[in-house]
Amino acid sequence: MSSNEKHQTDGRTGDAHASSPSDPRSGPYILLFFILGLALSMVVGWSIFPKLLYSQKSQPIDFNHKLHLEQVDNGCQSCHFFREDGSFSGSPRLAQCTDCHAELLGESENEKIFVEHYVATDREVPWLVYSRQPDCVFFSHSAHVFGAKMDCETCHGPIGKSESLKPYEENRITGLSRDIWGRNIAGFKQNTWDRMKMDDCAQCHAQHDTLHDSSVQTGRDACFVCHK
Amino acid sequence: MKLSRRCFLAFSIGGAAGTALSPLPWKLTDDLSIWSQNWPWTPVPPDGEYAYINTTCTLCPGHCGIRVRKVDERAVKIEGQESSGMNPGGICLLGLSGLQLLYGPTRIQAPLKRVGERGENRWQTISWEEAIEEVAGRLNDLRSKGQPQAVAALASEDTGTVPQLMKRLLTAVGSPNFYRMPSMEDSQAAVLALTQGEEGFVGMDVEQADFVLSFGSALLEGYGASPRMMQAVNRLRADGGKLAQIDSRLSNTAAKSDIWLAPKPGTEADVALSIAHVLITRNRYDHGFVSQWAEGFEAFSAMVAEKYAPEKIADRTGLATDQIISTAIAFADAKHPLAVYGKGKGQQPGSLKEALAVNALNALAGSINRPGGIQAMAGYDYIQWPALQPDDVAAAGLQTPRLDQKGDVVYPNPGYKVHRMIEAVGAGSADLQALLVAESNPCYSLPGADKVRTAFSKIPFVVSFSSFMDETAMQSDLILPNPIYLERYEDVPVKAGTTRRRVGLCRPVVAPLHNTQHVGDTIIQIAHAMEGSVAAAFPWTDYATCLKETLSDAWETLLEKGHWEVPETTHAAGADGFKTASGKFVLMNETIGAIYLADAPLPAGDESEYPLQLVAYDTIRLSSQYVGSSPFMLKILSDTTLKGQAGFVELNPETAAKLNLKEGASATITTPAGSADVRVHLDEGIRPGIVAMARGLGHTAYDGFLAGKGVNVNQLIAPVEDPASGLDAAWGSWAKLAKG
Ligand code: SF4
Repeated sequence: MSSNEKHQTDGRTGDAHASSPSDPRSGPYILLFFILGLALSMVVGWSIFPKLLYSQKSQPIDFNHKLHLEQVDNGCQSCHFFREDGSFSGSPRLAQCTDCHAELLGESENEKIFVEHYVATDREVPWLVYSRQPDCVFFSHSAHVFGAKMDCETCHGPIGKSESLKPYEENRITGLSRDIWGRNIAGFKQNTWDRMKMDDCAQCHAQHDTLHDSSVQTGRDACFVCHK
Repeated sequence: MKLSRRCFLAFSIGGAAGTALSPLPWKLTDDLSIWSQNWPWTPVPPDGEYAYINTTCTLCPGHCGIRVRKVDERAVKIEGQESSGMNPGGICLLGLSGLQLLYGPTRIQAPLKRVGERGENRWQTISWEEAIEEVAGRLNDLRSKGQPQAVAALASEDTGTVPQLMKRLLTAVGSPNFYRMPSMEDSQAAVLALTQGEEGFVGMDVEQADFVLSFGSALLEGYGASPRMMQAVNRLRADGGKLAQIDSRLSNTAAKSDIWLAPKPGTEADVALSIAHVLITRNRYDHGFVSQWAEGFEAFSAMVAEKYAPEKIADRTGLATDQIISTAIAFADAKHPLAVYGKGKGQQPGSLKEALAVNALNALAGSINRPGGIQAMAGYDYIQWPALQPDDVAAAGLQTPRLDQKGDVVYPNPGYKVHRMIEAVGAGSADLQALLVAESNPCYSLPGADKVRTAFSKIPFVVSFSSFMDETAMQSDLILPNPIYLERYEDVPVKAGTTRRRVGLCRPVVAPLHNTQHVGDTIIQIAHAMEGSVAAAFPWTDYATCLKETLSDAWETLLEKGHWEVPETTHAAGADGFKTASGKFVLMNETIGAIYLADAPLPAGDESEYPLQLVAYDTIRLSSQYVGSSPFMLKILSDTTLKGQAGFVELNPETAAKLNLKEGASATITTPAGSADVRVHLDEGIRPGIVAMARGLGHTAYDGFLAGKGVNVNQLIAPVEDPASGLDAAWGSWAKLAKG
C-alpha cells in the first residue's frame, strides 16, 4: 500500500486532531493564533530585543562638557586636537588633563575621583568612546574638519552643551556603542548626528559626489577610502 | 478550545511575520557581520600618536638601517630606511619580524641563576647586584689563583664599543681569550692582509659591477646585508649585467642566475684557478693592472698552467671543460667583473685557498680597488680609549698562549678559531674556568653543536648575556639579560661587504620591557666591582657615557641621522700603491704559494662508508645565527623544508632511486658527527650524490614556535680545519641515508 493511499484512508475515517481547512470551527482560532504570534514577536523584536542587545555601562567618571567649553579658548579642539602630522587625537589623554588638573581645581566629586584615582597614580582614564567605529573603518577627521569644513556637531551632536555623560550602551555582539546604530532601533533618524552607520556617511558623500571620484569602477568613492 | 497543529502553525507563521516586521533580524545580521569582520580576539594596536624612529638592525651582520613605526609607546612595524646608505628602503624577513622577538614569549625577563642541572631550565631570579657580585667574585678568584687566562669571552662581533668593552675586560683581568663567532670576515681579512697588506675589511662594489661570479654566495638569500645585495643583483640584471652562480644545488640565487655551474662541493678553489688558467692562456686578463701592480704573476701563471687546465680538473670538479671556458670568457668579456666568495650567508670562514683563488680572478680582471670591484676598506678606528695598565697578574696571564693557538698553520693569521677552543676544552686539554657569551648561540650554531655542548659541560662557570632563552643560555649558570636591539643604544660599525664605511646607531625604540641591563653597563659594573687595575681600566660611570665619549664629535651626527659616514683615512687605492712590502698586489709569493699547495680541507669520514655528501644551505626564510627564526618566518617556510615537526633533506631523484627513497619518505641521515631522522624531498636541481639540508631548524630551546622543528644541520657537521689558515672551513660532511 502506498503512503498516498493510506493518507486518503485516514481522511475518510475522520481524524479528530486534523481538521480540514474548510472546517468552520477552527478558522477564528487560527487567526487568533496568527495574530498572537505576530504581536508577541513584534513585542520581542521592537521592545525586548533592544533591551537585551545592549548592556548599560557608566563612564569611569562623569564629565561636564559645557563647563569645560566655557573655560577654554579653542572650542572642542582645545582638548580634542589635531596632532602635528594631521592625525586626530580623539579622547584626551591624562597628560592633557593634567595641564590644568595637576591638582584639585574645584570641589566637584568627580574631579576629586579623577585626581585621586588617575592623576595621582598616573593612570589613563578608560573613557568609553560613543563614536568608536569598527577597526576596519578608516576615518580622517582632518579631511572632514579642514577639508570639508564641517563642524563637530554635524556628526557628534551638541555634546559640547551637555553637563554630564550619558550612560554608554554597549552592543553585546559588536562591543560598539549604541550611538553608531542610533537610539532608534528601526534606524530612523531626525538629526545628522543620530546615527553613524555607513549609510549615514554615504548619504552626505552622495551629495558631494563630484568631489570624490577615487574609484575607477564606480566613478565615486571606492570602498578602500574608508575600509582599510 | 483545543490547541491544534494548525493553531500552532498559525502562531509560528504569525511569529515569523512579526519578527520580519521588527528590526530584530536586520539588526542582528548587521551586528553579526560587524562582529565577524572584527574578530574581537584579533589584536589591533590602540589608536594613538604615530612616530617613526630611525635605528639600526643588529639581527645579522648586515646592520641595515631600519625605521620603526610606533603608535604611542607600542612599536607596530619595522621597515627599511630609505635614507640608509646600505639598504635603501629594503629589509629582510627576519628584520621585518623583529617585533615578534621584542614582544615574544622567549625573552629573559630578569637576571637568572641556575638552580637545576645544566639544560634543565630551572632558574631563580636574582638581583642585578647579586649577579654582578657573583661574576666579579669568580673572576677575582681566578685572578687570585693566578689563572686569569682561564676566562674566555665569545661575542658575535669584534668591532664596536660593546665587543671592545668585553675584550677590554678580559685584557684587564689578564686573559688573551676573546673570540668572535666564525665568519667569512676572517678569510676576507686574511686575503686582504696577504694580497694588499691592508688591515681592514673587504668591500664589494656589486652596485657598479656588470658581471658577478659568485662561488656559492647566497646573494639573494641573506649574503652580506641581504636587502642591499638583492637590490644590487636586481639592478645588475635590469641593466643587462650577468650573474654566474657556482653552487652544487639550484638555490634561489642559482635559479635567478644566467650561468649556473654545479661542481662537486669543496672543489670551488679548483674551479677558480681553472678559470684563471683560461684568462691567462687566452690572454684575457687586464694587462694594465697585472703589469703595473701585480707581484708574482709568472709564478701564479706557472702554477695554474701546471695543475689547473680545465680538462685536468674536470674529473675532480665534475664540470665539463667548455663550461669553465665559457664562464671564464663571459667573465673576461665584462667591463666590471666581480668575483665573490663566502658560502651561503657567509657565516663560515671557508677555505683560505678558495678565497685567495677567487680574489686572484678579481686581480686578473683588474677589479681591485676600482668601481665595480673588490675594495680594501680601512678598519674602524674611532675607538681610542686610554691604554690599559695591566697589573702583574694580568700581565702574566696575557703572556699565555690563546686557547686556539697551535702555530702549525701555513698562514698564522690572527682570526678566531673558536672550534679549536671548543675542541681543546672538550678534550680536557685546555683549562677554561669561566666563559662569557654575548649575542651568540654557540651551542646551536657552531658546527659540531653536540660537541660544543659537551665542552660547555666542562666549563665550571658559564655566563650568558642573551636576551632569549636560547640553547646556550640553557647551558649557562648565570644569565644577565641584555635588552634587545630595539631597546638599547649601541654603535654598530658596518662591514658585510659595504663600500661605504658607516657606523649605524642602534637606539631604544621602546623602553626596555623587562628587567634587563645593557651588556655594556654590566661589563662596566663587573669591572668596577673587581676594583684595582680592572676597575681603573673602565673610567666611565656607565655605558651611555662611554659611548658618547668614544664617539665624541660623531655622536651628534649619529643622533640626528641614525648613522655616521666615516671619512676615509687610510683607504689603499691601486693608484697610490699597495701596502705590501713591494707596494704591489701580491698574486703569488712564498706564503700564498704554500697556501695554494696545501690540501683542500676535507671533512672527516670515509667515502666507502658514507657515500653521500651533506651540504648545509642557507635560506632567507630561516635565521641561523644568534637569533632564532621568528614565528612569521616559520609560517612562510615551504612544506618541502619543514612539514609539521619534520625537517626535509633534498635529494636528486637519481640518488633517491638508488637508495629506493620516494618523495616524502622518512629516512635516517648519518654522518661521522651524528644522525637524525628526516624526510626526503626530491629535486632535480641538486647534483646527484648530494644531500642538502637547510640551516636554521632543529632548535631545542626557545618556544613552541621554534623548538623541536626539523633538524639542526650543525649537529651533523663536524668542524673541518683549513690546513692553510686553521679556520673552520666546513661546508658539509660525508653522509649516508637509509630508509627510516
Ligand atoms: S639583513 Fe640582517 S641587518 Fe638587515 S634587516 Fe635583515 S636581519 Fe636586519
